[in-house]
Amino acid sequence: MTTHTISEKILSAHCGRPVRAGEIAICRVDCVIGTDGSGPMAIDYFEQMGGQTLFDPSRVFFSLDHYAPPDTPQTMAFHQRIREFAASHGATVFEVGDGISHQVAVDRGLVGAGDLVVGADSHMVTCGALNAFAIGVGSSDLAAAMLTGKIWLRVPETIRVILRGRRPADVAAKDVALFLIQRFGGDGANYHTIEFAGDALPAFSRDDRLVLCNLMVEAGAKAAIFPGPITADPQAVFHIESECDLAEVTPQVALPHAPVNVVPLGAAAGVPVQMVFIGTCTGGRAVDFRDAWDAFMRAGGRLADGVQLVLTPASRDVHDQILADGTLARFQAAGAVLTTSGCGACCGTSGVIPGDGTTVLSTANRNFKARMGNATAQIYLASPAVCGTAAATGRIPEHV
Amino acid sequence: MTVHGRARALGDDVNTDYIISSSRKRATIDPKQLAPYLLEGISPEFAASVRPGDVLVAGRNFGCGSAMEVAVTVIQAAGIGAVVARSFARSFFRNAINNGLLVVECDTASFQEGDDVTIHVSDGQVQVHNETRDITAAGAPLPPIVQELIRSGGLVPYLAARGSLD
Repeated sequence: MTTHTISEKILSAHCGRPVRAGEIAICRVDCVIGTDGSGPMAIDYFEQMGGQTLFDPSRVFFSLDHYAPPDTPQTMAFHQRIREFAASHGATVFEVGDGISHQVAVDRGLVGAGDLVVGADSHMVTCGALNAFAIGVGSSDLAAAMLTGKIWLRVPETIRVILRGRRPADVAAKDVALFLIQRFGGDGANYHTIEFAGDALPAFSRDDRLVLCNLMVEAGAKAAIFPGPITADPQAVFHIESECDLAEVTPQVALPHAPVNVVPLGAAAGVPVQMVFIGTCTGGRAVDFRDAWDAFMRAGGRLADGVQLVLTPASRDVHDQILADGTLARFQAAGAVLTTSGCGACCGTSGVIPGDGTTVLSTANRNFKARMGNATAQIYLASPAVCGTAAATGRIPEHV
Repeated sequence: MTVHGRARALGDDVNTDYIISSSRKRATIDPKQLAPYLLEGISPEFAASVRPGDVLVAGRNFGCGSAMEVAVTVIQAAGIGAVVARSFARSFFRNAINNGLLVVECDTASFQEGDDVTIHVSDGQVQVHNETRDITAAGAPLPPIVQELIRSGGLVPYLAARGSLD
Protein backbone atom coordinates (compact mmCIF):
# COMPACT_ATOMS: atom_id res chain seq x y z
CA MET A 1 0.00 0.00 0.00
CA THR A 2 1.98 2.94 -1.20
CA THR A 3 -0.66 5.03 -2.92
CA HIS A 4 -3.48 5.25 -0.41
CA THR A 5 -5.25 8.10 1.31
CA ILE A 6 -5.82 7.97 5.06
CA SER A 7 -9.46 6.98 4.46
CA GLU A 8 -8.45 4.15 2.14
CA LYS A 9 -5.94 2.87 4.70
CA ILE A 10 -8.34 2.92 7.63
CA LEU A 11 -11.23 1.40 5.69
CA SER A 12 -8.98 -1.26 4.13
CA ALA A 13 -7.83 -2.25 7.61
CA HIS A 14 -11.46 -2.56 8.71
CA CYS A 15 -12.79 -4.61 5.80
CA GLY A 16 -9.90 -7.03 5.43
CA ARG A 17 -8.88 -6.17 1.89
CA PRO A 18 -7.31 -3.18 0.14
CA VAL A 19 -10.05 -0.82 -1.05
CA ARG A 20 -10.01 2.31 -3.17
CA ALA A 21 -12.25 5.35 -3.40
CA GLY A 22 -15.53 4.42 -5.04
CA GLU A 23 -15.66 0.83 -3.81
CA ILE A 24 -18.28 -0.44 -1.38
CA ALA A 25 -16.75 -1.94 1.76
CA ILE A 26 -18.36 -3.77 4.67
CA CYS A 27 -16.28 -2.54 7.58
CA ARG A 28 -16.06 -3.55 11.21
CA VAL A 29 -16.45 -0.65 13.62
CA ASP A 30 -14.42 0.16 16.74
CA CYS A 31 -16.79 2.50 18.52
CA VAL A 32 -20.57 2.95 18.20
CA ILE A 33 -22.19 6.03 19.72
CA GLY A 34 -25.85 7.01 19.91
CA THR A 35 -27.54 10.01 21.51
CA ASP A 36 -30.86 10.68 23.18
CA GLY A 37 -31.94 12.18 19.84
CA SER A 38 -31.08 9.17 17.68
CA GLY A 39 -30.93 6.39 20.27
CA PRO A 40 -34.60 5.63 20.97
CA MET A 41 -35.30 5.05 17.27
CA ALA A 42 -32.13 2.97 16.95
CA ILE A 43 -33.25 0.78 19.85
CA ASP A 44 -36.64 0.29 18.15
CA TYR A 45 -34.85 -0.68 14.90
CA PHE A 46 -32.39 -2.96 16.74
CA GLU A 47 -35.31 -4.88 18.20
CA GLN A 48 -37.15 -4.98 14.84
CA MET A 49 -33.98 -6.43 13.28
CA GLY A 50 -34.32 -9.26 15.77
CA GLY A 51 -31.44 -8.01 17.90
CA GLN A 52 -30.95 -9.86 21.17
CA THR A 53 -27.41 -8.86 22.09
CA LEU A 54 -24.98 -6.10 21.17
CA PHE A 55 -22.03 -7.18 19.02
CA ASP A 56 -19.68 -5.98 21.79
CA PRO A 57 -21.23 -4.07 24.70
CA SER A 58 -17.87 -2.52 25.60
CA ARG A 59 -17.90 -0.65 22.29
CA VAL A 60 -21.45 0.76 22.45
CA PHE A 61 -22.20 4.13 24.07
CA PHE A 62 -25.25 6.34 24.45
CA SER A 63 -25.02 10.02 25.33
CA LEU A 64 -27.86 11.90 26.99
CA ASP A 65 -26.81 15.24 25.50
CA HIS A 66 -29.58 16.74 23.37
CA TYR A 67 -32.17 16.89 26.15
CA ALA A 68 -29.89 17.88 29.00
CA PRO A 69 -31.73 18.07 31.25
CA PRO A 70 -35.00 16.69 29.91
CA ASP A 71 -37.77 19.23 30.44
CA THR A 72 -40.81 17.25 29.30
CA PRO A 73 -42.19 13.83 30.26
CA GLN A 74 -41.51 12.67 26.69
CA THR A 75 -37.81 13.55 26.68
CA MET A 76 -37.45 11.99 30.13
CA ALA A 77 -39.05 8.86 28.64
CA PHE A 78 -36.40 8.85 25.85
CA HIS A 79 -33.72 8.86 28.55
CA GLN A 80 -35.40 6.07 30.51
CA ARG A 81 -35.67 3.95 27.37
CA ILE A 82 -31.94 4.36 26.73
CA ARG A 83 -30.94 3.73 30.36
CA GLU A 84 -33.02 0.55 30.53
CA PHE A 85 -31.73 -0.76 27.20
CA ALA A 86 -28.11 0.01 28.11
CA ALA A 87 -28.45 -1.60 31.54
CA SER A 88 -29.94 -4.80 30.14
CA HIS A 89 -27.43 -5.02 27.25
CA GLY A 90 -24.28 -3.83 29.01
CA ALA A 91 -23.73 -0.62 27.03
CA THR A 92 -22.36 2.55 28.63
CA VAL A 93 -24.47 5.68 29.13
CA PHE A 94 -22.97 9.17 29.24
CA GLU A 95 -25.40 10.68 31.73
CA VAL A 96 -27.13 14.07 31.65
CA GLY A 97 -24.39 16.62 32.28
CA ASP A 98 -21.55 14.41 31.09
CA GLY A 99 -21.55 16.28 27.80
CA ILE A 100 -21.81 15.96 24.04
CA SER A 101 -21.30 12.41 22.77
CA HIS A 102 -18.18 12.89 20.65
CA GLN A 103 -16.59 15.31 23.12
CA VAL A 104 -17.04 12.78 25.94
CA ALA A 105 -15.55 10.09 23.69
CA VAL A 106 -12.51 12.32 23.18
CA ASP A 107 -12.28 13.31 26.88
CA ARG A 108 -12.36 9.65 27.96
CA GLY A 109 -9.86 8.44 25.38
CA LEU A 110 -12.36 6.16 23.65
CA VAL A 111 -11.17 7.10 20.15
CA GLY A 112 -7.70 6.33 18.87
CA ALA A 113 -5.72 6.76 15.67
CA GLY A 114 -6.86 4.46 12.89
CA ASP A 115 -10.24 3.74 14.51
CA LEU A 116 -13.52 3.58 12.64
CA VAL A 117 -16.11 5.47 14.69
CA VAL A 118 -19.80 5.38 13.80
CA GLY A 119 -22.10 7.74 15.64
CA ALA A 120 -25.67 8.82 15.16
CA ASP A 121 -24.84 12.51 15.33
CA SER A 122 -23.76 14.48 12.29
CA HIS A 123 -20.89 16.11 14.18
CA MET A 124 -19.26 12.73 14.91
CA VAL A 125 -16.74 13.85 12.23
CA THR A 126 -15.13 15.81 15.06
CA CYS A 127 -13.25 12.67 16.16
CA GLY A 128 -11.27 12.75 12.91
CA ALA A 129 -8.98 15.21 14.70
CA LEU A 130 -7.50 12.14 16.43
CA ASN A 131 -6.60 10.46 13.12
CA ALA A 132 -9.76 8.34 13.16
CA PHE A 133 -12.32 7.81 10.40
CA ALA A 134 -15.44 9.08 12.17
CA ILE A 135 -18.79 9.48 10.49
CA GLY A 136 -22.27 10.62 11.42
CA VAL A 137 -25.12 8.28 10.54
CA GLY A 138 -28.82 7.92 11.32
CA SER A 139 -30.61 5.60 13.69
CA SER A 140 -30.88 2.66 11.26
CA ASP A 141 -27.12 2.46 10.56
CA LEU A 142 -26.53 2.85 14.28
CA ALA A 143 -28.86 -0.08 14.98
CA ALA A 144 -27.13 -2.21 12.36
CA ALA A 145 -23.72 -1.40 13.86
CA MET A 146 -24.98 -2.18 17.38
CA LEU A 147 -26.19 -5.56 16.14
CA THR A 148 -23.49 -6.62 13.69
CA GLY A 149 -20.47 -4.50 14.60
CA LYS A 150 -20.32 -3.54 10.94
CA ILE A 151 -21.37 -0.85 8.50
CA TRP A 152 -21.42 -0.71 4.72
CA LEU A 153 -19.56 2.29 3.34
CA ARG A 154 -18.67 3.69 -0.02
CA VAL A 155 -14.96 4.46 0.28
CA PRO A 156 -14.91 8.23 -0.23
CA GLU A 157 -12.75 10.27 -2.53
CA THR A 158 -10.51 12.69 -0.68
CA ILE A 159 -10.13 16.45 -0.77
CA ARG A 160 -6.71 17.36 0.56
CA VAL A 161 -6.65 20.72 2.29
CA ILE A 162 -3.10 22.02 2.51
CA LEU A 163 -2.69 24.57 5.29
CA ARG A 164 0.32 26.80 4.74
CA GLY A 165 1.84 29.90 6.27
CA ARG A 166 1.44 31.61 9.60
CA ARG A 167 -1.99 32.03 11.13
CA PRO A 168 -2.51 35.65 12.28
CA ALA A 169 -2.90 36.11 16.06
CA ASP A 170 -6.53 37.21 15.79
CA VAL A 171 -7.58 34.21 13.65
CA ALA A 172 -9.10 31.26 15.50
CA ALA A 173 -9.50 27.70 14.22
CA LYS A 174 -13.21 28.58 13.87
CA ASP A 175 -12.29 31.36 11.43
CA VAL A 176 -10.19 28.97 9.34
CA ALA A 177 -13.04 26.46 9.32
CA LEU A 178 -15.65 29.05 8.31
CA PHE A 179 -13.28 30.29 5.60
CA LEU A 180 -12.96 26.74 4.24
CA ILE A 181 -16.68 25.92 4.23
CA GLN A 182 -17.34 29.20 2.45
CA ARG A 183 -14.77 28.12 -0.14
CA PHE A 184 -16.29 24.66 -0.63
CA GLY A 185 -19.95 25.62 -0.24
CA GLY A 186 -22.60 23.62 1.58
CA ASP A 187 -22.17 20.55 -0.62
CA GLY A 188 -18.66 21.08 -1.99
CA ALA A 189 -17.28 18.22 0.08
CA ASN A 190 -20.34 15.97 -0.22
CA TYR A 191 -19.44 12.24 -0.07
CA HIS A 192 -15.76 13.19 0.38
CA THR A 193 -13.24 12.95 3.17
CA ILE A 194 -11.31 16.10 3.90
CA GLU A 195 -7.71 15.30 4.83
CA PHE A 196 -5.70 18.11 6.35
CA ALA A 197 -2.05 18.50 5.40
CA GLY A 198 0.61 21.18 5.05
CA ASP A 199 3.46 22.78 6.93
CA ALA A 200 1.09 24.76 9.20
CA LEU A 201 -0.34 21.66 10.88
CA PRO A 202 1.97 21.78 13.94
CA ALA A 203 0.46 25.17 14.80
CA PHE A 204 -2.97 23.59 15.21
CA SER A 205 -3.57 22.22 18.71
CA ARG A 206 -5.77 19.20 19.34
CA ASP A 207 -8.62 21.56 20.23
CA ASP A 208 -8.08 23.49 16.98
CA ARG A 209 -8.19 20.21 15.04
CA LEU A 210 -11.45 19.22 16.71
CA VAL A 211 -12.98 22.51 15.54
CA LEU A 212 -11.76 22.10 11.96
CA CYS A 213 -13.02 18.52 11.65
CA ASN A 214 -16.30 19.38 13.35
CA LEU A 215 -17.24 22.09 10.86
CA MET A 216 -16.34 20.21 7.68
CA VAL A 217 -19.70 18.43 7.84
CA GLU A 218 -21.24 21.83 7.05
CA ALA A 219 -19.56 21.51 3.64
CA GLY A 220 -21.07 18.03 3.31
CA ALA A 221 -17.97 16.01 4.22
CA LYS A 222 -18.44 12.37 5.18
CA ALA A 223 -15.30 12.49 7.32
CA ALA A 224 -12.50 14.94 8.10
CA ILE A 225 -9.12 13.63 9.22
CA PHE A 226 -5.84 14.94 10.50
CA PRO A 227 -2.74 12.84 9.88
CA GLY A 228 -1.18 11.00 12.82
CA PRO A 229 0.17 7.49 12.99
CA ILE A 230 -1.88 6.93 9.81
CA THR A 231 -0.75 9.22 7.00
CA ALA A 232 -1.48 9.48 3.31
CA ASP A 233 1.09 7.93 1.00
CA PRO A 234 3.18 10.38 -1.04
CA GLN A 235 1.62 8.98 -4.21
CA ALA A 236 -1.95 8.89 -2.86
CA VAL A 237 -4.62 10.00 -5.31
CA PHE A 238 -6.62 13.01 -4.19
CA HIS A 239 -9.77 14.08 -5.98
CA ILE A 240 -9.10 17.72 -5.19
CA GLU A 241 -6.15 19.52 -3.62
CA SER A 242 -6.97 22.87 -2.08
CA GLU A 243 -4.31 25.19 -0.69
CA CYS A 244 -5.08 27.61 2.11
CA ASP A 245 -2.60 30.37 2.91
CA LEU A 246 -3.39 31.13 6.54
CA ALA A 247 -1.91 34.61 6.27
CA GLU A 248 -4.89 35.51 4.08
CA VAL A 249 -7.50 34.36 6.59
CA THR A 250 -9.18 37.00 8.74
CA PRO A 251 -11.85 36.73 11.46
CA GLN A 252 -15.06 35.51 9.85
CA VAL A 253 -18.77 35.46 10.61
CA ALA A 254 -21.59 33.35 9.17
CA LEU A 255 -24.75 35.37 8.53
CA PRO A 256 -28.29 34.00 8.96
CA HIS A 257 -29.55 31.41 7.90
CA ALA A 258 -26.80 29.04 6.76
CA PRO A 259 -23.30 28.25 8.00
CA VAL A 260 -21.88 28.79 4.51
CA ASN A 261 -23.06 32.43 4.42
CA VAL A 262 -19.59 33.45 5.56
CA VAL A 263 -18.24 36.99 5.24
CA PRO A 264 -15.25 38.78 6.79
CA LEU A 265 -16.19 39.92 10.29
CA GLY A 266 -16.13 43.61 9.34
CA ALA A 267 -19.02 43.10 6.91
CA ALA A 268 -21.37 42.43 9.83
CA ALA A 269 -19.77 44.87 12.29
CA GLY A 270 -22.21 46.96 14.28
CA VAL A 271 -25.15 44.54 14.22
CA PRO A 272 -26.74 44.71 17.71
CA VAL A 273 -27.02 41.38 19.55
CA GLN A 274 -29.32 40.43 22.40
CA MET A 275 -27.96 36.95 23.14
CA VAL A 276 -24.41 35.61 23.09
CA PHE A 277 -24.06 31.82 23.26
CA ILE A 278 -20.71 30.22 24.07
CA GLY A 279 -20.89 26.46 23.90
CA THR A 280 -21.49 23.42 21.63
CA CYS A 281 -19.21 20.83 20.09
CA THR A 282 -17.70 23.57 17.92
CA GLY A 283 -16.99 26.33 20.44
CA GLY A 284 -17.57 24.96 23.92
CA ARG A 285 -14.16 23.69 25.04
CA ALA A 286 -12.10 25.18 27.89
CA VAL A 287 -9.83 27.14 25.56
CA ASP A 288 -12.92 28.69 23.96
CA PHE A 289 -14.20 30.02 27.28
CA ARG A 290 -10.74 31.38 28.11
CA ASP A 291 -10.45 33.06 24.70
CA ALA A 292 -13.93 34.51 25.08
CA TRP A 293 -13.11 35.81 28.57
CA ASP A 294 -9.86 37.46 27.43
CA ALA A 295 -11.70 39.16 24.57
CA PHE A 296 -14.51 40.20 26.94
CA MET A 297 -11.97 41.85 29.24
CA ARG A 298 -10.20 43.62 26.38
CA ALA A 299 -13.59 45.02 25.35
CA GLY A 300 -14.30 46.50 28.79
CA GLY A 301 -15.16 43.52 30.95
CA ARG A 302 -18.79 44.52 31.60
CA LEU A 303 -21.76 42.68 30.16
CA ALA A 304 -23.49 45.07 27.78
CA ASP A 305 -27.00 46.22 28.72
CA GLY A 306 -29.68 44.07 27.14
CA VAL A 307 -27.35 41.15 26.35
CA GLN A 308 -27.97 37.67 27.73
CA LEU A 309 -24.73 35.68 27.91
CA VAL A 310 -25.27 31.91 27.98
CA LEU A 311 -22.46 29.41 28.66
CA THR A 312 -22.80 25.69 27.94
CA PRO A 313 -19.62 23.63 28.36
CA ALA A 314 -19.31 20.84 25.80
CA SER A 315 -18.69 18.31 28.56
CA ARG A 316 -18.29 17.81 32.29
CA ASP A 317 -14.50 17.74 31.77
CA VAL A 318 -14.68 21.16 30.15
CA HIS A 319 -16.92 22.43 32.96
CA ASP A 320 -14.47 21.17 35.57
CA GLN A 321 -11.51 22.78 33.78
CA ILE A 322 -13.10 26.24 33.65
CA LEU A 323 -14.33 25.80 37.23
CA ALA A 324 -10.81 24.96 38.39
CA ASP A 325 -9.07 27.84 36.61
CA GLY A 326 -11.63 30.46 37.68
CA THR A 327 -12.94 31.30 34.21
CA LEU A 328 -16.43 30.12 35.07
CA ALA A 329 -16.66 32.12 38.30
CA ARG A 330 -15.43 35.25 36.56
CA PHE A 331 -18.01 34.88 33.80
CA GLN A 332 -20.78 34.23 36.30
CA ALA A 333 -19.79 37.25 38.38
CA ALA A 334 -20.11 39.28 35.19
CA GLY A 335 -23.70 38.07 34.74
CA ALA A 336 -23.37 35.01 32.51
CA VAL A 337 -25.87 32.15 32.81
CA LEU A 338 -24.48 28.59 33.00
CA THR A 339 -26.52 25.70 31.60
CA THR A 340 -26.01 21.94 31.79
CA SER A 341 -23.10 20.56 29.74
CA GLY A 342 -24.37 19.08 26.47
CA CYS A 343 -25.77 20.35 23.18
CA GLY A 344 -27.59 23.15 25.00
CA ALA A 345 -29.36 25.83 23.00
CA CYS A 346 -27.71 24.86 19.68
CA CYS A 347 -30.64 22.97 18.17
CA GLY A 348 -33.55 24.12 20.29
CA THR A 349 -33.75 20.89 22.26
CA SER A 350 -32.62 22.22 25.64
CA GLY A 351 -31.27 25.34 27.25
CA VAL A 352 -32.17 28.91 26.43
CA ILE A 353 -34.44 29.66 23.48
CA PRO A 354 -33.94 33.11 21.93
CA GLY A 355 -36.83 35.60 22.05
CA ASP A 356 -38.89 36.72 19.05
CA GLY A 357 -36.94 38.85 16.64
CA THR A 358 -33.74 38.71 18.65
CA THR A 359 -30.26 38.49 17.22
CA VAL A 360 -27.93 35.79 18.54
CA LEU A 361 -24.16 35.60 18.17
CA SER A 362 -22.97 32.06 18.79
CA THR A 363 -19.88 29.87 18.80
CA ALA A 364 -22.01 27.01 17.37
CA ASN A 365 -21.97 25.31 13.97
CA ARG A 366 -25.44 25.83 12.47
CA ASN A 367 -27.64 28.88 12.12
CA PHE A 368 -30.52 27.54 10.06
CA LYS A 369 -33.78 29.40 10.54
CA ALA A 370 -35.49 28.11 13.72
CA ARG A 371 -32.38 26.11 14.60
CA MET A 372 -32.40 27.35 18.20
CA GLY A 373 -36.14 26.87 18.51
CA ASN A 374 -37.40 30.28 17.32
CA ALA A 375 -37.90 30.92 13.60
CA THR A 376 -37.86 34.70 14.09
CA ALA A 377 -34.37 34.79 15.65
CA GLN A 378 -31.35 35.80 13.55
CA ILE A 379 -28.33 33.62 14.33
CA TYR A 380 -24.76 34.66 13.51
CA LEU A 381 -21.81 32.29 13.99
CA ALA A 382 -18.31 33.38 14.96
CA SER A 383 -15.25 32.51 17.04
CA PRO A 384 -15.25 32.52 20.85
CA ALA A 385 -13.19 35.72 20.90
CA VAL A 386 -15.66 37.53 18.64
CA CYS A 387 -18.52 36.32 20.85
CA GLY A 388 -16.71 37.42 24.03
CA THR A 389 -16.14 40.87 22.57
CA ALA A 390 -19.78 41.22 21.53
CA ALA A 391 -20.93 40.28 25.05
CA ALA A 392 -19.18 43.42 26.28
CA THR A 393 -20.08 45.75 23.43
CA GLY A 394 -23.58 44.52 22.56
CA ARG A 395 -22.67 44.52 18.87
CA ILE A 396 -20.84 42.35 16.39
CA PRO A 397 -17.35 43.85 16.54
CA GLU A 398 -15.18 45.15 13.72
CA HIS A 399 -12.20 43.17 15.06
CA VAL A 400 -11.08 41.22 18.13
CA MET B 1 -40.49 -0.53 -9.50
CA THR B 2 -42.49 2.47 -10.70
CA VAL B 3 -43.56 5.52 -8.72
CA HIS B 4 -45.93 8.11 -10.12
CA GLY B 5 -46.84 11.40 -8.50
CA ARG B 6 -47.19 15.15 -8.58
CA ALA B 7 -44.01 17.22 -8.27
CA ARG B 8 -43.67 19.42 -5.22
CA ALA B 9 -40.89 21.85 -6.08
CA LEU B 10 -38.33 22.85 -3.45
CA GLY B 11 -35.07 24.77 -3.71
CA ASP B 12 -31.44 24.09 -2.83
CA ASP B 13 -30.03 23.24 0.62
CA VAL B 14 -33.25 22.04 2.26
CA ASN B 15 -31.77 21.00 5.62
CA THR B 16 -33.22 18.36 7.91
CA ASP B 17 -34.26 20.99 10.48
CA TYR B 18 -36.49 22.50 7.77
CA ILE B 19 -37.91 19.06 6.94
CA ILE B 20 -38.78 18.57 10.61
CA SER B 21 -37.64 20.91 13.34
CA SER B 22 -35.35 19.37 16.00
CA SER B 23 -37.46 21.06 18.66
CA ARG B 24 -40.57 19.14 17.46
CA LYS B 25 -38.76 15.90 18.35
CA ARG B 26 -39.03 16.86 22.01
CA ALA B 27 -42.71 15.87 21.91
CA THR B 28 -42.49 12.62 19.94
CA ILE B 29 -40.51 10.69 17.35
CA ASP B 30 -43.68 9.07 15.99
CA PRO B 31 -43.62 10.13 12.31
CA LYS B 32 -47.43 10.13 12.06
CA GLN B 33 -47.63 12.72 14.82
CA LEU B 34 -44.80 14.77 13.28
CA ALA B 35 -46.17 14.70 9.71
CA PRO B 36 -48.37 17.82 10.18
CA TYR B 37 -45.13 19.79 10.67
CA LEU B 38 -43.36 18.57 7.52
CA LEU B 39 -41.32 21.40 5.99
CA GLU B 40 -42.86 23.98 8.32
CA GLY B 41 -39.51 25.79 8.33
CA ILE B 42 -40.05 26.59 4.64
CA SER B 43 -43.82 26.83 4.48
CA PRO B 44 -46.21 26.28 7.40
CA GLU B 45 -48.98 25.41 4.89
CA PHE B 46 -47.00 22.74 3.08
CA ALA B 47 -47.95 19.68 5.15
CA ALA B 48 -51.68 20.27 4.74
CA SER B 49 -51.29 20.51 0.96
CA VAL B 50 -49.59 17.12 0.51
CA ARG B 51 -51.53 14.51 -1.46
CA PRO B 52 -50.54 10.85 -1.11
CA GLY B 53 -47.95 9.96 -3.73
CA ASP B 54 -46.57 13.48 -4.15
CA VAL B 55 -42.90 13.54 -5.19
CA LEU B 56 -40.56 16.07 -3.62
CA VAL B 57 -38.37 17.61 -6.33
CA ALA B 58 -35.46 19.61 -4.98
CA GLY B 59 -32.22 21.24 -6.04
CA ARG B 60 -28.79 20.65 -4.57
CA ASN B 61 -27.86 19.24 -1.19
CA PHE B 62 -31.28 18.02 -0.05
CA GLY B 63 -31.24 16.84 3.58
CA CYS B 64 -28.10 18.64 4.72
CA GLY B 65 -27.44 19.34 8.39
CA SER B 66 -28.42 16.98 11.18
CA ALA B 67 -28.39 13.24 10.41
CA MET B 68 -31.68 12.77 12.26
CA GLU B 69 -33.60 9.93 10.70
CA VAL B 70 -37.08 11.27 11.46
CA ALA B 71 -36.42 13.65 8.56
CA VAL B 72 -36.94 10.57 6.38
CA THR B 73 -39.73 8.85 8.29
CA VAL B 74 -41.79 12.04 8.51
CA ILE B 75 -41.60 12.40 4.71
CA GLN B 76 -42.86 8.83 4.40
CA ALA B 77 -45.58 9.31 7.01
CA ALA B 78 -46.82 12.38 5.15
CA GLY B 79 -47.45 10.18 2.12
CA ILE B 80 -44.59 11.37 -0.10
CA GLY B 81 -43.74 8.66 -2.65
CA ALA B 82 -40.17 9.60 -3.55
CA VAL B 83 -37.63 12.41 -3.40
CA VAL B 84 -35.82 13.55 -6.54
CA ALA B 85 -32.96 16.05 -6.15
CA ARG B 86 -29.95 17.39 -7.99
CA SER B 87 -27.90 16.06 -5.08
CA PHE B 88 -28.42 14.75 -1.55
CA ALA B 89 -26.48 15.18 1.65
CA ARG B 90 -24.98 11.75 2.30
CA SER B 91 -26.53 11.11 5.70
CA PHE B 92 -30.04 11.82 4.38
CA PHE B 93 -29.42 9.60 1.35
CA ARG B 94 -28.35 6.68 3.55
CA ASN B 95 -31.24 7.15 5.95
CA ALA B 96 -33.69 7.20 3.04
CA ILE B 97 -32.35 3.99 1.51
CA ASN B 98 -32.31 2.37 4.93
CA ASN B 99 -36.01 3.15 5.39
CA GLY B 100 -37.06 2.16 1.89
CA LEU B 101 -37.75 5.72 0.70
CA LEU B 102 -36.89 6.03 -2.99
CA VAL B 103 -34.35 8.83 -3.52
CA VAL B 104 -33.13 9.70 -7.00
CA GLU B 105 -30.26 11.98 -7.94
CA CYS B 106 -30.82 13.68 -11.32
CA ASP B 107 -31.00 17.04 -13.04
CA THR B 108 -34.16 18.70 -11.71
CA ALA B 109 -33.69 22.18 -13.18
CA SER B 110 -36.65 21.96 -15.59
CA PHE B 111 -39.13 20.47 -13.08
CA GLN B 112 -41.86 22.73 -11.77
CA GLU B 113 -44.51 22.57 -9.09
CA GLY B 114 -47.38 20.30 -10.09
CA ASP B 115 -45.61 18.47 -12.95
CA ASP B 116 -46.60 14.83 -13.43
CA VAL B 117 -43.58 12.65 -12.63
CA THR B 118 -42.98 8.94 -13.17
CA ILE B 119 -39.88 7.19 -11.79
CA HIS B 120 -38.81 3.79 -13.12
CA VAL B 121 -36.21 1.69 -11.26
CA SER B 122 -34.88 -1.45 -12.86
CA ASP B 123 -31.58 -3.28 -12.26
CA GLY B 124 -30.03 -0.25 -10.59
CA GLN B 125 -30.86 2.04 -13.51
CA VAL B 126 -33.20 4.91 -12.73
CA GLN B 127 -35.24 7.00 -15.18
CA VAL B 128 -37.24 10.04 -14.13
CA HIS B 129 -39.89 11.00 -16.69
CA ASN B 130 -41.56 14.40 -16.43
CA GLU B 131 -44.83 13.68 -18.25
CA THR B 132 -45.96 17.30 -18.21
CA ARG B 133 -42.86 18.52 -20.06
CA ASP B 134 -42.02 15.26 -21.81
CA ILE B 135 -38.46 15.24 -20.45
CA THR B 136 -36.62 12.15 -19.27
CA ALA B 137 -33.68 12.47 -16.88
CA ALA B 138 -31.34 9.61 -16.03
CA GLY B 139 -30.85 9.13 -12.33
CA ALA B 140 -27.48 8.21 -10.84
CA PRO B 141 -27.17 4.39 -10.94
CA LEU B 142 -27.59 2.56 -7.63
CA PRO B 143 -24.81 0.30 -6.29
CA PRO B 144 -25.79 -3.37 -5.72
CA ILE B 145 -26.05 -3.04 -1.94
CA VAL B 146 -28.40 -0.08 -2.34
CA GLN B 147 -30.52 -2.05 -4.82
CA GLU B 148 -30.72 -4.93 -2.36
CA LEU B 149 -31.72 -2.61 0.47
CA ILE B 150 -34.45 -1.07 -1.67
CA ARG B 151 -35.71 -4.52 -2.72
CA SER B 152 -35.81 -5.58 0.92
CA GLY B 153 -37.76 -2.48 1.94
CA GLY B 154 -34.89 -1.04 3.95
CA LEU B 155 -32.12 -1.99 6.35
CA VAL B 156 -34.42 -3.29 9.11
CA PRO B 157 -36.15 -5.97 7.00
CA TYR B 158 -32.82 -6.68 5.25
CA LEU B 159 -31.08 -7.49 8.53
CA ALA B 160 -34.15 -9.14 10.06
CA ALA B 161 -34.05 -11.59 7.14
CA ARG B 162 -30.28 -12.07 6.84
CA GLY B 163 -28.87 -11.27 10.27
CA SER B 164 -25.64 -9.92 8.79
CA LEU B 165 -24.34 -7.31 6.37
CA ASP B 166 -21.89 -9.63 4.61
